[in-house]
Amino acid sequence: MTTAQHESPTSRPAAGMRVALMATCLTDTLYPHTARAVVTLLERLGCTVEFPLSQTCCGQMHFNTGYRDDATRLASRMNEVFDGYTAVVAPSGSCAAMVRDIYPKLPGVGEDLAHRMYELSEFLVDVLGVTDVGAYFPHRVTYHPTCHSLRMLGVGERPLQLLRAVRGIDLIELPAAESCCGFGGTFAVKNAETSSAMLSDKMRCVLNTGAEVLTAGDNSCLMHIGGGLSRLRTGVHTLHLADILASTEEDPWHVTQ
Amino acid sequence: MARNPVTWMGVPTFPKAAQEALGDSQLRSNLRHATHTIRDKRAAAVGEVPDWERLRRAGEAIKDETLAHLDTYLQKLEAAVTSRGGVVHWARDAAEANAIVLKLARAAGADEVVKVKSMATAEIGLNEALEEGGVTAIETDLAELIVQLGNDRPSHILVPAIHRNRSEVREIFRNQMPEAPADLSSEPKALAEAARRHLRKKFLSAKVAVSGANFAVADTGSIMVVESEGNGRMCLTLPQTLITVMGIEKLVPTSRDLEVFLQLLPRSSTAERMNPYTSMWTGVTPGDGPQEFHLILLDNGRTATLSDPVGRQALRCIRCSACLNVCPVYERTGGQSYGSVYPGPIGAILTPQLVDDPHDKQAASLPFASSLCGACFEVCPVRIDIPEVLTHLRARAVAEKSKMSPEALAMSAMATMFADPRKYALAQRAGAAAAKLAPSGSVSRLPFPGSRWTATRDMPMPATESFRTWWKTNRKDSDE
Ligand code: SF4
Repeated sequence: MTTAQHESPTSRPAAGMRVALMATCLTDTLYPHTARAVVTLLERLGCTVEFPLSQTCCGQMHFNTGYRDDATRLASRMNEVFDGYTAVVAPSGSCAAMVRDIYPKLPGVGEDLAHRMYELSEFLVDVLGVTDVGAYFPHRVTYHPTCHSLRMLGVGERPLQLLRAVRGIDLIELPAAESCCGFGGTFAVKNAETSSAMLSDKMRCVLNTGAEVLTAGDNSCLMHIGGGLSRLRTGVHTLHLADILASTEEDPWHVTQ
Repeated sequence: MARNPVTWMGVPTFPKAAQEALGDSQLRSNLRHATHTIRDKRAAAVGEVPDWERLRRAGEAIKDETLAHLDTYLQKLEAAVTSRGGVVHWARDAAEANAIVLKLARAAGADEVVKVKSMATAEIGLNEALEEGGVTAIETDLAELIVQLGNDRPSHILVPAIHRNRSEVREIFRNQMPEAPADLSSEPKALAEAARRHLRKKFLSAKVAVSGANFAVADTGSIMVVESEGNGRMCLTLPQTLITVMGIEKLVPTSRDLEVFLQLLPRSSTAERMNPYTSMWTGVTPGDGPQEFHLILLDNGRTATLSDPVGRQALRCIRCSACLNVCPVYERTGGQSYGSVYPGPIGAILTPQLVDDPHDKQAASLPFASSLCGACFEVCPVRIDIPEVLTHLRARAVAEKSKMSPEALAMSAMATMFADPRKYALAQRAGAAAAKLAPSGSVSRLPFPGSRWTATRDMPMPATESFRTWWKTNRKDSDE
């Protein structure tokens, strides 16, 4: 392993940058295609991607449910796992926010990893300096800005800038986009009825757009909304932003797959 | 009963109470309409101020400074009020505060008191306590009056009757106001007129008024109430005796500090540049206004809250209600599900701290009544990081719970699994094997507690090949 180079999140790396992928436990287990898409995409943009196999879960669920000791244990692990990487990229606003906002507050974890942590769209736009990643995705798409990306990380327009540059895409604005989908981790189970009420309003907005695909920067929110859309047999697909950005004319994503 | 009875007796835990509220479609539509209207207006009013972020930071800083030296500022306030002819009383809890008000009302020979909207008196159940002591309290704020006449409970900080629509208000007035005309319409103007007639007599006859306080200025001893209707001003000026019940956190060091809050509060709460009525008084003035002024400084769990370094930021709250109006949970469940006069996001962090009793099940359920979406923090004019306090209080609740509870055991088992990449990979493989039982790739029925998820949502099954397995097979050479 090469020596660590700590940079501030705004500095630009040289081409051929070595990047560590933090796949997140949810994507690794349930949506492996998204993690593969991140690899494809970053390699296409000239990065060298590494995936430290000892990574597991960032501890966000434990933290948010009140199990701080467990969360701290998992956070310390991730701290060690990603030691030495200049940039760590996650296809998840909430896991990136966990590392960036919460890790520094956990005893003994510190800020080091927080400074090297990027959510995917931030990494593409701020670090690699690209908005057109050469993607092709000829579908009607609407975008949900997940709460943690929006408010904890403040990714702002970045995902939309990336989407607008995708060839063939028909991007439709989502009404009441900034309303929470009602997932909230264990909230969806502890307050299941309230969560479902929030979900049904979100689904109504999605359906009103007439989009074939709902995208977001977080598979957890997509799991929630997608689970509802699937239950109602709406035919609307949910797909992570990375999967859209990795799709090209030579190697397109098939929405029906 | 808990020492600080901030929650209402008999209200079930939040998830249960919410479930009932969610079934009430009239309530949901009243709320959605009301919160969305005020939400948009607030955004516009705030957008007009170029230095809003700096104002928020100033508000936060002033409140933090006050809280850090609360003892000093309270003593200053007491000295200033006393020197201007007022009397200061200290109340540790609801019972003490209520007893003081009752004693003062009796001493003034009053069997009726008029009230200007006050959260503190609602928090301590003053009206009920006075009733028991033979004194009738009359709410003069229109929304409070609706709640009182409807024998109802408040559901919003600023608009306690937000859950009621016009025709419901008309019904309440017709049934409860003897002087309401038989043909009372549900036009806002007609309703306001009926209330005005009803209240006028009370203003003119009442000997005693009870008020809350939006702000108190430590160095001058001045108390301030801001309102929209002018009824408050009637209470504050007409009766002979004025009793103000105020939480000990409501003060600011100097009158200059008010400049900040008089910008932050109206825009955040009613989306107005300036609220219509701002009343301020200092002690008593011979021959003008109330000739007796009593200030009751209420603790009721605040000192305990102050001792918690994370939780204490809840005491910065200026009760603007902006967080309620943007909260997606409040929007669906309404305020009464929170079981206290403090509903919504601020209620979810303030109520459990004031109650300070882990056995109060309603209060203990409140920190979990949030999806942590963060919209509340974004709008809060004094930058209370509500999500931070929510997770902090969740940790406190978990610490109170047995380590052997099903949830604690499951969480700890998961953490153990996640702490070991081999166990984690094994669990993934077991999941992938189980997934073969669901060829569609998702399940629509899980056993409890997963059934809480699958009631309305399908659950995706683990992929047959996890990412890490794919990586090991295809890329492993580049790692380790
Ligand atoms: S917590 Fe903030 S937004 Fe909510 S009522 Fe208090 S001051 Fe207003």
